Amino acid sequence: MFTVLLAIGILVLLSLIFGAILGYANVRFHVEGDPIVDQIDALLPQTQCGQCGHPGCRPYAEAIANGEAINHCPPGGQVTIQALADLLDVEAVPLDGDHGTENAKRVAVIREDECIGCTKCIQACPVDAILGAAKQMHTVIADECTGCDLCVEPCPVDCIDMVEVGVTAKTWSWDKPQGIAATSLNIIATDRQAEVTH
Amino acid sequence: MTEYLLILVSTILVNNFVLVQFLGLCPFMGVSGKLETSIGMAMATTFVLTLSSLCSYLTYTYILQPFGLEYLQTISFILVIAVVVQFTEMVVHKTSPLLYRVLGIFLPLITTNCAVLGVALQNISKQNGFVESILYGFGAAVGFSFVLILFSAMRERINVADVPTVFKGSAIGMITAGLMALAFMGFTALVQI
Amino acid sequence: MQVGKQQTANVFSFHGGIHPPENKAQSLQLPLGRPSLPNELILPLGQHIGQSSRPLVKVGDKVLKGETIAINNGFLSSFLHAPTSGTIAAIEERLIAHPSGLSDLCIILSPDGNETWTTLEPLNNWQDISKTDVLAYLSEMGIIGMGGAGFPTQVKLQGAHKNPLTHFIINAAECEPYITADDMLIREKTLELVLGIEILQHLVEADNIVIGIEDNKPTAIAALKSVLTERNSKIQIAVVPTKYPSGGEKQLIQLLTGKEVPSGQYPADIGVLCQNVGTCVAVHDAVTLGKPLISRFTTLTGDALKNPQNVEVLLGTPVAHLLEYADSEPKKLSRLIMGGPMMGYTLDSAVVPIVKTSNCILAASKKELPPPAPEQACIRCGMCEQACPASLLPQQLLWFSKSQEFEKAEHHNLFDCIECGACSYVCPSSIPLVQYYRHSKSSIREAREANVKSDLAKQRFEARKARQDAEAAEKEAKRLARQKATSDKATDKKKAAPAKPAPTAAAAPVTSDESKKLKVDIAIGKSKLKKLQKQLLEAQENEHVEEINSLQLQVTDQEKTIASLEEQLAQIPSAAPAAPVANTAKASPAPVSDELKKAKVDVALIGVKLKKLQKQLIETPDDQELKDKISAFETDLKAAQDTVSKLSENTQASTSTSTAAAEPKASISDELKKLKIDAAIAKAAVKKVEKALKKAEEINAPEIDAIRQQLKEAQQRADELEKALANPEATAPKAVPAQAKPATNLDADAIKKRKIDLAIAKAGVKKAEKNIQLLKEQGKDEAEINASEWPSKLKEAQDKLAALEKDQAAETSTPSVAKEASAPAATTNIDADAAKKRKIDLAIAKAGIKKAEKNIQLLKDQSKDESEIEASEWPKKLIEAQQKLAALEANESAPAATPTPASSPAEKTANSTADSEAKVEPEMDLATQIKKEKIAVALAKAQINKLNKRLENSPEDANSIRQEIGAAEKRLQSAETLLEKLIHSQTNMQENR
Repeated sequence: MFTVLLAIGILVLLSLIFGAILGYANVRFHVEGDPIVDQIDALLPQTQCGQCGHPGCRPYAEAIANGEAINHCPPGGQVTIQALADLLDVEAVPLDGDHGTENAKRVAVIREDECIGCTKCIQACPVDAILGAAKQMHTVIADECTGCDLCVEPCPVDCIDMVEVGVTAKTWSWDKPQGIAATSLNIIATDRQAEVTH
Repeated sequence: MTEYLLILVSTILVNNFVLVQFLGLCPFMGVSGKLETSIGMAMATTFVLTLSSLCSYLTYTYILQPFGLEYLQTISFILVIAVVVQFTEMVVHKTSPLLYRVLGIFLPLITTNCAVLGVALQNISKQNGFVESILYGFGAAVGFSFVLILFSAMRERINVADVPTVFKGSAIGMITAGLMALAFMGFTALVQI
Repeated sequence: MQVGKQQTANVFSFHGGIHPPENKAQSLQLPLGRPSLPNELILPLGQHIGQSSRPLVKVGDKVLKGETIAINNGFLSSFLHAPTSGTIAAIEERLIAHPSGLSDLCIILSPDGNETWTTLEPLNNWQDISKTDVLAYLSEMGIIGMGGAGFPTQVKLQGAHKNPLTHFIINAAECEPYITADDMLIREKTLELVLGIEILQHLVEADNIVIGIEDNKPTAIAALKSVLTERNSKIQIAVVPTKYPSGGEKQLIQLLTGKEVPSGQYPADIGVLCQNVGTCVAVHDAVTLGKPLISRFTTLTGDALKNPQNVEVLLGTPVAHLLEYADSEPKKLSRLIMGGPMMGYTLDSAVVPIVKTSNCILAASKKELPPPAPEQACIRCGMCEQACPASLLPQQLLWFSKSQEFEKAEHHNLFDCIECGACSYVCPSSIPLVQYYRHSKSSIREAREANVKSDLAKQRFEARKARQDAEAAEKEAKRLARQKATSDKATDKKKAAPAKPAPTAAAAPVTSDESKKLKVDIAIGKSKLKKLQKQLLEAQENEHVEEINSLQLQVTDQEKTIASLEEQLAQIPSAAPAAPVANTAKASPAPVSDELKKAKVDVALIGVKLKKLQKQLIETPDDQELKDKISAFETDLKAAQDTVSKLSENTQASTSTSTAAAEPKASISDELKKLKIDAAIAKAAVKKVEKALKKAEEINAPEIDAIRQQLKEAQQRADELEKALANPEATAPKAVPAQAKPATNLDADAIKKRKIDLAIAKAGVKKAEKNIQLLKEQGKDEAEINASEWPSKLKEAQDKLAALEKDQAAETSTPSVAKEASAPAATTNIDADAAKKRKIDLAIAKAGIKKAEKNIQLLKDQSKDESEIEASEWPKKLIEAQQKLAALEANESAPAATPTPASSPAEKTANSTADSEAKVEPEMDLATQIKKEKIAVALAKAQINKLNKRLENSPEDANSIRQEIGAAEKRLQSAETLLEKLIHSQTNMQENR
């Protein structure tokens, strides 16, 4: 009987000591906030478009830090998802279609002769990319426009178009070579079969 | 002195915990996807292993043995390891939140890393002294880190290489690990006594 | 000797490199050709690296040869000149020579065939004017690097001033197969080249000038050497072995200096400047001849051309025109390449123009340049690594590029790749490595640009958010200010009525600022208080015990703040009337559309006004008008109280007959809540009083030294007790005179002292009683209790109390005789206090009734049948409470009548009034205490009931509720015992008297 009690006593004693150590460590190494949010935020495209269902990119970053899926950002597209997946060491998943599709980069353009100068789009723009004043024609600063679409809805005369930013010689980028798969010259038989089934 | 050196060589190369004794394979396969992560994991494990072998030695020698409670060694070692891991987790969370996040479940899983308990128990069975215990734990940790980092560096390259489809991912990882283990077997004859 | 010096230039080596077939001989067969004018010249605005030029001309403008038609657009940009005279036909998008095959904005010039030169203004004094001016002149002449990249020359030269230059290298290597334009240029324009180098040397002042030229151009080397010897120049010639890509800037630098340009840096960082021979000639033409850059040497070559040759061609000439000139064979032509076979790019169309950087048009036949072999798997032969002139790891870069791991690719110095194509050339698996790298590079560049843009967007978003927040805050501040303003107005209105007659109002302007500030503070405090009270109300509705407690604490705190503010305000005479507002605010939260409530509010309002006036009276005791006003208000008060009692009687009647409709019920419960809040407020007041008491004690330290210790304990006890009572209003009014008096006169001071003593004594009695009670509870029998010192202490305390009360009576009467004016003031005060006390008792009694009624109603709601209700103690309680109320109301009318005559005729026999008042007062105090205890008992009972109800409703919490019930019962018991004692002592006192 004594042995049993002794054993239990020793274990309890050990537990108490370790508990005290952990308690101290908990206070000493207490973590304030979540610095990961900043890193996630840095990867998001900052269009502040709200397509993810959050009012801006930072709230979505916070949501991601709290475990929301990383595929709710259509403006960022697959590239952003990949970057987030790398950062958070999770599986890169395809974009969630519920939140929109990945479109080519667009900017808002105001058909200026139709603009009535209501300033509604100015208020809607999350990045202050629309210039204008009440009763004055408005115009979009194309370089500042993130193409978030938020100004289109409020316009009472529908004079805002989302225009795709075409590729110019300056913004053009080289294509990725087609790679081996396209040539059907794979040496390894299994790979060739996989291709055929595709 | 030679004895200490031998302990280190033995644990790091000849009796490498992962590739020769096959202990701690879970993090070895799980956290070796990225070099950065595996370095973090290696450091955390080194810390835990060294500290826990020290703590478990002290617990055994000064608490269990005097009371004749050697049969409690497993349960008390688990307790010690759990505490050390928890402590490490807190430290990592504080110092490197990204590493904390990246290590994710594997950090608490060090608790169940059989290498950690293995070291503690082998220390007892080998009747290692104080310094020997620490060195044994440290050597085991260095050996673990060594192969983990090597393996992850290899996996990183293999990941971008055009491996035949059927071998992609874990399959080629396993093969690589097996080849590495074969290579480490070669260290058996390293020390001639 | 000179020759010997020229040949001593050391030649080093660089890693890698390849030796592709040179194919340079074809284009050197024919002499330099000069093609005819094409029908139109297409001049892209972006022929250089950096911002596109801005057109200076309009469509239809006539321009002369060499006239500026576009100017620079920023720092990294260049000028553009008309290559010939003619008319501007259009400024539009045209296909340009670009790997993308995209269009860009071009100026289209229709030549008139006259080739009329504009006035040329050579910079003949370039050696005398400042270098900056020369650089600016070069920029205006549209000089850019002609080697291939098209970097604006003046920018490059400016950059070269970062470090002292050790080497100025002239790149004449021309390592790419097929191309011989530079070779031909050196042969044709040797002197111009050397002169151009001299001009540039003047600008950059390098230690060594070396012309790097491959050994496959013997003619050019000979020509150069002869000119240099002739001019006795210190320019060295370094003949480098033919190896691709020795013409690369970094490779040539390494070849000639042995120094490697560090990764991510420019040649200027290691003190080296490199210029192409074409650029040097262009500089010469510009400076000494005044000719802008309008033409260049271009190689036309390839098997598809019958007459491959070098031509000096006007910029903007379409490639098709040149092909025609060189007799191309369309059948043989399979690929048209701009640039060399290694670094050039395929042209989709021959309409694209020659630009400043076009050094070669390669019209290749299929045999000559077969389509690239299909890509095969990498066999890890490592030949690419052997070939790479930048010492990179092409294979690693390939893996990373393929798997889109751009970060790692960058880590492996992807951006040091010069895209020379050597790796692709040697690859046995025909992997288009350079294409992969180009793709990776542009992806990374895109990502960086996107990053910059997203950072900008983030900044702007955050700035906008900050701005919006600031706006919102401003609005809120304005709104608050407006609210304050309105409440101030209200205060002013309130102030107007009672304060106008007061003479002290004259002092207003001096302190108005201070008072305004205080008022604002009070307003804020009040709004907070209201909010808290609302919360409290909600909490009480939901019966959340903890919440109620915490909220009550908060309310108390808020009360304190307001009270202290009001005190401050009260000290400012003109601001004094602000206080009623606060009280009104307290009196009227959650308005109930009930007559009773309205009447009560009236009572409270009048009482408050009365109090205010009394205060003023103390300060200005000689004011007859004020006294009249007070009496008028007292009459008002009485009338209002009558209404209240009548109304409450009505309510009683309606509820006791159980015919109460839903509406009154609701209003009653509302009223109850209101009263509860009032109770909480009163608690705060008690605390305040105690504070004041302590302060007073400190002031009068020597006199009350003996009882101080006892006092402190007693106060604590009293505090606890009063908390339990929840309705210590009776003591509250005392504080007001107690605080007000010291400031005014000595008599008041004395009275105050007495009162404090009285209070202390009472507290002592209470303490003693409580201790006895405690002993009893602990089950000590009477003997033990008697044995303890408490009964004796109690007796002592009671004696002291009696003595003090006697003193008090005497004291109050004395000054009233001595000072006729102040006596009525004091008595009025006491009267008012008494009136207030009664009022409060009344309210409490009513609250008790209402609570009882409510509980009954609740029971009914829960569909308990009558017998059950009867069984519960509520009906009994209700009746009790009603009786109490009736008694109180009876009391009310009696004393309320007393002070009226006492105060109104000040000249009347003050003695008698004071005497009667003195007799009434101590009894009143005891009576009040008794009442308080009774209420405490009722409250405790109520709580027990409530808990019982909860127990029924939530049996899962049974244990905790039972505990609470136990505690409440204890409290009830102690309160009952205390009550008993008090009644006992009251009878004792009456007997004593």
